[in-house]
Amino acid sequence: MAEFLQFLISGLTVGAVYALVALGFTLIYNASGVVNFAQGEFVMLGGMVTVFVSAAGVPLPLAALIAVCVAVVIGLLLHRFAIEPARGASAVTLIIITIGASILLRGIAQIVFDKQFHKLPSFSGDTPVDIFGAAVQPQSFWVLGGAAVVVLGLYAFLERTVLGKAVLATAANRLAARLVGINTTTIMALAFGGSAAIGAIAGILVTPITLTSYDVGTLLALKGFAAAMLGGMGNPLGAVVGGLLIGLLEAFGAGYLSSTYKDAFAFLVILVVLFAAPQGLFGRRAVERV
Amino acid sequence: MKSPSTLKYMLAASAISLGFSNGALAQDTVKIGSVLSVTGPSSFLGEPEDKTLRIYVDQINAAGGVAGKKIELVIYDDGGDANKARTFATRLIEDDEVIAMVGGTSTGSTMAMVPVFEDAQVPFISLAGAIEVVDPVRKFVFKTPHTDKMACEKIFEDLKKRNLTKIGMISGTDGFGASMRAQCVKVAPNYGMQIVIDETYGPRDSDMTAQLTKIKNTAGLQAVVNPGFGQGPAIVTRNYAQLGMTGTPFYQSHGVASKSFIDLAGAAAEGVRLPAAALLVGDKLPESDPQKKVVTEYKKTYESATKQPVSTFGGHAYDGLFILVEAMKRANSTDPKKIRDEIEKTKGFVGTGGIVTMSATDHLGLDLSAFRMLEIKGGDWNLAESGS
Repeated sequence: MAEFLQFLISGLTVGAVYALVALGFTLIYNASGVVNFAQGEFVMLGGMVTVFVSAAGVPLPLAALIAVCVAVVIGLLLHRFAIEPARGASAVTLIIITIGASILLRGIAQIVFDKQFHKLPSFSGDTPVDIFGAAVQPQSFWVLGGAAVVVLGLYAFLERTVLGKAVLATAANRLAARLVGINTTTIMALAFGGSAAIGAIAGILVTPITLTSYDVGTLLALKGFAAAMLGGMGNPLGAVVGGLLIGLLEAFGAGYLSSTYKDAFAFLVILVVLFAAPQGLFGRRAVERV
Repeated sequence: MKSPSTLKYMLAASAISLGFSNGALAQDTVKIGSVLSVTGPSSFLGEPEDKTLRIYVDQINAAGGVAGKKIELVIYDDGGDANKARTFATRLIEDDEVIAMVGGTSTGSTMAMVPVFEDAQVPFISLAGAIEVVDPVRKFVFKTPHTDKMACEKIFEDLKKRNLTKIGMISGTDGFGASMRAQCVKVAPNYGMQIVIDETYGPRDSDMTAQLTKIKNTAGLQAVVNPGFGQGPAIVTRNYAQLGMTGTPFYQSHGVASKSFIDLAGAAAEGVRLPAAALLVGDKLPESDPQKKVVTEYKKTYESATKQPVSTFGGHAYDGLFILVEAMKRANSTDPKKIRDEIEKTKGFVGTGGIVTMSATDHLGLDLSAFRMLEIKGGDWNLAESGS
């Protein structure tokens, strides 16, 4: 039982990070139809900026805030100077642009920061909490709690505010949204800024556990993308479930099966799911209107 | 406007003067080549190597060079790409006509370059870790870093002294971790070690509690060994403490032998043991230690020139350069073949990595005494008393 709980909690913690990355993918995909492969770099920026700003003597909460702001600014710049000018281009072209942006951001981070690994102190100490025999790092609660707050906040924003409804409208049908007077360019900028913020928050929460470096985003983007696909691209609930599911699959795969094949196991399950339901667990079937 | 004839004359004059200066240079300089991964994923290895070579070549030249000749260092950056490394190796041989090479940051780059130097019969001192570089022995290829096999043997030797024989392993699946894991599994029976559980993790994984929980619940476990590299071992160490496993002796490899490991793992690193070169504990070595002088001087020179903490990787470059320089002095010649013969005769060379005595069958020349067993105490490396 203790063993099961240990796997469960470590799976949920890692899964919460995948879920946040997947949420970032979802937000931008909904607003623009672009899969933003620079999403992982926002996570990296969140962690790295916090590390370097707090090393310069700024208190941690303020450093975290600065990091989120930096990520948002870079997200907006990415939209303004890379995505917006290529507005008319196909989705594939835009995706390639984001891959380029991701490489660029990684390169800049390598020069501005350095190539070493860095850590942040845990927000509430390193003494493990004992839950029915499973040892849990206090930071895990921060990650899980933080992810929950972000998800609820996003939900409230999308469902309860006019601006959020405008995002949903843009996602549903861009042309119709424009016809009823929504400025879809602003909405897209908002989506980039918002998902940059979500990514940065994920990076800050998780750095005390996973450490960070300039190239930490690559793998996270891959796992987050897999999570978004599993949950159904474009569905926020699907992104969260997909992320948690992949985290759990990895942890239980490593714990009960073989650690050598844990990634293979996780991706095998994803493949099976996508064979059975190509639109993902919660995705709507794409219908072409004629 | 200049007339065409004036232009021609000027060109000819400059060509003559260029040719002349080249000729004059060639008489009192020798070219040593190097291909390093200064950028890219192995840059944390290649960068200190690059800096070390530059610092010491300048120093040697300032002191008058080797046997009256100045050294001209030609360094290319392969960016961690073995294909590029091979192209640069060919360029070093054909265009730069180097008399020897100290470089090859990773095992991949080194193995790609080996045939080039073997064919050209130019000595190549590699800075790569894996034993494949010198086993089987190739006539013109040498190396300075310890092998992962030696690290396993050193750990097992220490375990044997502590009467611990049932070990668990958790290894990274990256090149370093996988290679060391294979070597450990191979030499374990020689030391009476029994591997009761064998787990792995991906080099980019962020949580290893699942694997460690499995290891923790294995019956009869007496110690855990973690061959790995980069941030993985730091996370393993933190998870190890998180799960309350610190009562079981825990061994890391020489792959984490840099100060950043202690920083990253924090308090969880207390009591962790690892084999590493004397360079890390230079100030703690007894005065009688033959390596004391070399390692403290290298540390001082490197740190004052670069303002960065010293790493064993730069030390490998130091050893390679000076093994070559000593061989050049003994050979008193710039003939690559004569230099090769002298490198092979290196005997009792005191470097940062250990005391090197090479032979026709051993192109590494280090024994287990080159590794020191360290224990992390109070956030710093300490020499572990064997058997304690």
